[in-house]
Amino acid sequence: MSAFAASRFTGAGLGCVRGERIVFQGLSFEVAGGTALTLIGPNGAGKSSLLRLMAGLLAPAAGKLLWNGAPVADDPDAHRARLRWLGHGDGIKPGLSALENAAFWAALAGAPGEAALGALQRMGLGPLAETPARFLSQGQRRRLALTRLLLGGAALWLLDEPTVGLDAGSVAVVEALLADHCRAGGMVVLATHVPIAVPAGQVLELTPAAVPPPSHSPSPSP
Amino acid sequence: MNAFRAILVRDLRLALRQGGDAAAVVLFFVLAASLFPFGVGPEPNLLARVAAGVIWVTALLAVMLGLDRLFLADHEDGSLEGMVASPAPMLVIVLAKCLAQWLLSGLPLVLATPILAIFLQLPAEGLPALLGALLLGTPTLVLVGAIGAALVLGARRGGVLLALLVLPLTVPVLIFGVAAADAAIAGLPARPHLLVLGAMLLAALAAAPFAAAAALRQAVE
Repeated sequence: MSAFAASRFTGAGLGCVRGERIVFQGLSFEVAGGTALTLIGPNGAGKSSLLRLMAGLLAPAAGKLLWNGAPVADDPDAHRARLRWLGHGDGIKPGLSALENAAFWAALAGAPGEAALGALQRMGLGPLAETPARFLSQGQRRRLALTRLLLGGAALWLLDEPTVGLDAGSVAVVEALLADHCRAGGMVVLATHVPIAVPAGQVLELTPAAVPPPSHSPSPSP
Repeated sequence: MNAFRAILVRDLRLALRQGGDAAAVVLFFVLAASLFPFGVGPEPNLLARVAAGVIWVTALLAVMLGLDRLFLADHEDGSLEGMVASPAPMLVIVLAKCLAQWLLSGLPLVLATPILAIFLQLPAEGLPALLGALLLGTPTLVLVGAIGAALVLGARRGGVLLALLVLPLTVPVLIFGVAAADAAIAGLPARPHLLVLGAMLLAALAAAPFAAAAALRQAVE
């Protein structure tokens, strides 16, 4: 059943500084294959920063990230190959059709171009494949951005507010995607303000400028 | 390699569909160079003397004109983040974007040069050397400019800042580019100048993508 080798993604004593302000410090987490980690907390608590740290877009000011016990910083290329990042920006070019947009991200992920059409259909965008992205609605653009997750089969999904602008039906599709991914042994870390049903999920609550005690243990599963 | 082609094809397709940007660079080049006969007077000997320099300076400015857009659109819509976090190596991303940029804003200038050369009374024996120099020099300009374009991401009025950062670095290209044409006009071999331009292109090709990649990583932090 498991499409991904059993793996573990952990962070130990992570600290993040943005603009001379400590966003968080002494933060630890652990995600095992087949589970999801939901980051919650008010604006400015560092949810996006933590995700960017996990994606390697931002270097941690303290602590380190480990994949199966090996430091991620030792082999960033391998880390990028196993993660899929979806931030606030949709990364969609209005001048290209939905299919061309999806095919571009498929090529970057090293997936065959045919995978793009399947991913579009999965997200309910099949009939719009030839439509220029400038004519898509906000929610459709977000769904188009989410097709990236289905391309190339990355083990770790890092999602920043994946359901912004989506209607209830589309949120259900996203939840089904997450469930499928976890069932296949993948991992999901997502930051969200609205409840998203995730399987086998733990929740990590970030508080603004929280200074946890030195011996901070991984967040407990609810 | 797949990623290289994907980025190249995407950028070319976007530019050709929107059309405006690529055409604007060539039009600027032709218009700006055509202003010189009005400024310095239509005296053929004088024009012939300055033609190579005028063409080079305007080509330099035309390349700068489009450069600030090199990474900006991708930065604004989140594509850049996605590319940096993707398995595609940063060097591949930078090189693909630079090649697309050169095909859109460097190569058209080279193709428009013969017309300007007639207009500016450039002696015919100087034209091949000038074209060769532009072919070798404009990619260098794009590569060096890419460093600047990556550095000014997120800055206000990035275009002006970019020109201030990059123009001083392009002086050697300008000197040898004009010297190649002047040498050919004077009946001297243009080859040494072209070789120096080729060396500068190779050096830029080797070093600039690393610098631009580092700057892009800073930009997406």
